[in-house]
Amino acid sequence: MNKQRLKAKLIKYFLQSCGSLSIVIVLLIFLFLFKEALPFIGQPGLTELFHSVWNPVSFQKEEFGLLPLVTGSVLVTLLATVIAIPFGIIGAVYISEVASAKEREFLKPFIEILAGIPSVVLGFFGLVVIAPLVKDVFGLNTGLTALTGAVLLALMAIPTIMSISEDAIKSVPAAYKEASLALGASRLETIWKVVVPAALSGIIASVMLGMGRVVGETMTVMMVTGNAPVVSFNPFTSVRTMTATVAAEMGEVTIGSDHYMALFWVGIVLMLMTFILNLVSYRVLKKYGSERA
Amino acid sequence: MAENQEIRSKIHVENMNFFYGSVQALFDINIELPEKKVTAFIGPSGCGKSTFLRTLNRMNDIIDGTRLEGKVLIDGGDIYGPITDVVELRRKVGMIFQKSNPFPKSIFDNIAYGPRLHGVKDKGKLMEIVESCLVKSALWDEVKDRLDKSAMSLSGGQQQRLCIARALAINPDIVLMDEPASALDPKSTLKIEDLIGELRKDYTIIIVTHNMQQAGRVSDNTAFFYEGRLIEYGATEQIFTKPNEKQTEDYITGRFG
Ligand SMILES: Nc1ncnc2c1ncn2[C@@H]1O[C@H](COP(=O)(O)OP(=O)(O)OP(=O)(O)O)[C@@H](O)[C@H]1O
Ligand SMILES: [Mg+2]
Repeated sequence: MNKQRLKAKLIKYFLQSCGSLSIVIVLLIFLFLFKEALPFIGQPGLTELFHSVWNPVSFQKEEFGLLPLVTGSVLVTLLATVIAIPFGIIGAVYISEVASAKEREFLKPFIEILAGIPSVVLGFFGLVVIAPLVKDVFGLNTGLTALTGAVLLALMAIPTIMSISEDAIKSVPAAYKEASLALGASRLETIWKVVVPAALSGIIASVMLGMGRVVGETMTVMMVTGNAPVVSFNPFTSVRTMTATVAAEMGEVTIGSDHYMALFWVGIVLMLMTFILNLVSYRVLKKYGSERA
Repeated sequence: MAENQEIRSKIHVENMNFFYGSVQALFDINIELPEKKVTAFIGPSGCGKSTFLRTLNRMNDIIDGTRLEGKVLIDGGDIYGPITDVVELRRKVGMIFQKSNPFPKSIFDNIAYGPRLHGVKDKGKLMEIVESCLVKSALWDEVKDRLDKSAMSLSGGQQQRLCIARALAINPDIVLMDEPASALDPKSTLKIEDLIGELRKDYTIIIVTHNMQQAGRVSDNTAFFYEGRLIEYGATEQIFTKPNEKQTEDYITGRFG
């Protein structure tokens, strides 16, 4: 009896520390980022970050404007999301509502395989297949564009969107479907007018999480987006994302230099962006959980 | 006047067998259900009442591997015939489920769901339908000020009446009710029963119930099922006072079931 209680307590403490560990780590990372980035506030000053030119290595004037990097990441992320949403959601609907058990068995492993492809490999695929395709189809000088990166990132977001949306759709009570069918709705009408709306919050959350995955992705975008730090919302231009910038420049920078600190600010902005995405999707998911009850 | 009006048969079932895969759930059912009457289906749990009810709007179709033999005619048309449009059939045969199942949408949108499916777009017309159905289901006074609120905010009894309103909104001839009050408190149950009393004027109603008093109170005719077979069918009063079959009597007097 006493032993049991002790065991329960131990387990509780263990779980508690595991749970809190992640909080501690998040805080530590933030702290560490700020520590490295802090001196930048005094010299050359925070306003520097809001400029629209990123030119950290220069003999005339070094510039640390984050704007082109932020717009680069935002453009690629939004494009990727727009591409991934229809495939992800329709795929989820198909797998959970339309596919036979056999088809489901066959399809699901493939989605997991897609999720598991290393991003470098996807990058190769992008360089060899997607980039030339984009170049030819749109008649561009180079295939290394925001769009090319977005297509590949969409491939990464689709499994996330699909599997979480599928869970959300599957958890829609069968009673809603029966009610709709009994009112004379077809299967398709039932899916679009009852099942998807009932699962909407879960679907939105899946999209958010997919975006989070995309914003943070580095390797593929570095390989295929052309890495030109320009402020642009044109999908057919080369862009440079925040992640690619940090990954490419961190190795060569002098520790403690302005450039070094600027890269840490890039990291902070990136982290805030993913943090907000996750927070919003968490909120949405929570709301949806309570609505069901 | 009402007396000498001929009672028309609405549903005609002939030599019907029903299977879940290889398991037979209904055996050689023959029954004639009259128009604009309330028919109660009674019988012990698992005897096939719900299964039979669901053959009448082909809701069993959505379960994989089900099969039906024999004939089910509604207004003389074979609903399992090759040209039957299931959507049309379900428009004509509404259904209320045991557990109320409003959509997680507003009260208004719940009731407007069916009419919208069937092509009503005009907001004013929809409002008219919503109001008249809520009035019919005796819910109007309770919800008229909050039609845009989620149906989930209603009580269990209100939700069930909302589902009845939703079913009426597609203007069916027949309303199937599968233990519509089994999850409700006595007061809500009484409301549903009153409602059935009102609806019987306009609709052919078939109600499954485990509550003998309820069957006695609301129905004109009663059918007793046992182990997938129709054992006895007749006027409710006769079934409850002098049943012809021993099994019926045993069930009604509570000796099994
Ligand atoms: N989806 C299904 N798949 C296989 N068998 C089923 C299915 N639904 C019902 N059955 C079987 O068919 C028989 C009749 O079930 P049914 O639900 O029609 O009974 P019921 O009279 O409505 O019972 P209750 O009063 O408990 O609701 C039972 O033996 C049941 O196990
Ligand atoms: Mg039943």
